[in-house]
Amino acid sequence: MISYDFDYYKPTSIKEAAELHQRLVSEGRKPKFFSGGTEIITLGRLNLIYTDAIIDIKGIPECKRWGFEKNELIAGAALSLSLLEEEPHFPLLKQTASEVADYTSRNKITLGGNVCGQVFYREAVLPFLLAESDVIVGGRKGVRRVPIRTMFHQELTLEPGEFLVQIITEEAYIDAPFLSVKKRQQWETGYPLITVASLKKDNFLRFAFSGVCAFPFRSDEMEQVLNDATMTYEDRVLKSFNYLPKPILNDVEGSDEYRLFVLKNTLVDFLKHFESGGVHE
Amino acid sequence: MSKRKPKRWMIDLKVNGEEYEADIHASDLLLHVLREKLGLTGAKPGCLNGDCGACTVIMNGKPMKSCLVLAIEAVGTDILTIEGLIHSPIQKAFIEHFAFQCGYCTPGFIMNCQALLSQHPDPDLETIKQWLSSNICRCTSYQEIEKAVTSVLKQGGNE
Ligand SMILES: Cc1cc2nc3c(=O)[nH]c(=O)nc-3n(C[C@H](O)[C@H](O)[C@H](O)COP(=O)(O)OP(=O)(O)OC[C@H]3O[C@@H](n4cnc5c(N)ncnc54)[C@H](O)[C@@H]3O)c2cc1C
Ligand code: FES
Ligand code: FES
Repeated sequence: MISYDFDYYKPTSIKEAAELHQRLVSEGRKPKFFSGGTEIITLGRLNLIYTDAIIDIKGIPECKRWGFEKNELIAGAALSLSLLEEEPHFPLLKQTASEVADYTSRNKITLGGNVCGQVFYREAVLPFLLAESDVIVGGRKGVRRVPIRTMFHQELTLEPGEFLVQIITEEAYIDAPFLSVKKRQQWETGYPLITVASLKKDNFLRFAFSGVCAFPFRSDEMEQVLNDATMTYEDRVLKSFNYLPKPILNDVEGSDEYRLFVLKNTLVDFLKHFESGGVHE
Repeated sequence: MSKRKPKRWMIDLKVNGEEYEADIHASDLLLHVLREKLGLTGAKPGCLNGDCGACTVIMNGKPMKSCLVLAIEAVGTDILTIEGLIHSPIQKAFIEHFAFQCGYCTPGFIMNCQALLSQHPDPDLETIKQWLSSNICRCTSYQEIEKAVTSVLKQGGNE
């Protein structure tokens, strides 16, 4: 039971959603975009999120788009994570998304909700950081297209009133060799201890992480060191740790020391996997 | 915070093939509307956090945790609850294989299995594991539940 009530709107176009948000704000309301709604519902029940008007974006056709257009893969923000597995256009995304939560919950959790949510793992963003995708955001000034790495700094830095419409990925990245591993402390579903995703492009390994810090990230400095074949796998990994953002998470899923221990072993395994040629083609 | 009172809604829900009307708030969960407004108490409240699966129903053929769905989102969908299953093969298999102890998790498990069997009449073990790990049984009847599901598969699936 959510202890407060809100108004419900289901616009059918980007423009309508953006104008509605603007109008509600001008009336002193606290609207929220609502995609899968699982975070708004569960955190709302705990009074950790408040809104008096939700704008359900599932009625906007662009937010439900999933497929190729002119050598680009378009992924709408309102797609359920389970659809990304069941119609797998992007193997790395399929792998990473299929590790979020559990299958039934993934029927409701959406790509946009995962990327824009308050729950900081945001694992579904990792493939897009690696593939240098672009985001399409809608707002009162219209629609704009921005490289995700320009806009995603710990979280998607949307302007007030803006919402994520789509994420667009060049076809050239879709079939690149990849690996994505989620390590949990126990069980086979739920939040990660750490998640590491990697994609090989032009013979260079890219890495993105969730669960290491209180935000997902990709680090160019770490990648330079991890690709330095003059060092042993272990030396590369330990040296790359000098560039880890701080602080390392230290919570109920695992201590900071344990996380670094697991991260070290995972990264060594990744390097072995890629450099011994056992990559997903 | 504005003082304005959000409006109430009169919605139509299609549950187990029947049309129902319900007077709701937009913030009402589907789980509570099914139980308290429609009197369909088969879906159980457990964690209310998406973790346990006790509240699972089938929406448009897919298992959904009804504690993660607003009733207003369910307008226009086809909902199936445990009350809509009568002597189905999976229900019989749960009885034959003693796949419950207290029974609290059972409707959620059965609805998940029912959706699994209708979407994947011949699922591999990996798919069964992936789907069923959405539900938790505090009495740990997992082995019996697995036996019940696989026995239905052996009989040629779901009618
Ligand atoms: C049972 C369960 C297990 C989970 N396990 C994991 C896990 O293993 N890994 C993980 O990463 N996460 C996990 N999560 C967290 C989940 O991925 C996030 O809470 C996510 O936000 C839920 O997506 P949603 O579509 O339901 O979001 P919503 O509730 O719709 O939205 C979440 C937030 O994002 C905003 N928002 C939504 N869509 C947009 C948009 N298009 N543009 C701008 N803002 C938007 C909303 O306003 C809201 O503030 C789990 C959640 C549950 C319920
Ligand atoms: S009550 Fe819905 S998942 Fe636990
Ligand atoms: S039989 Fe008791 S919770 Fe499953």
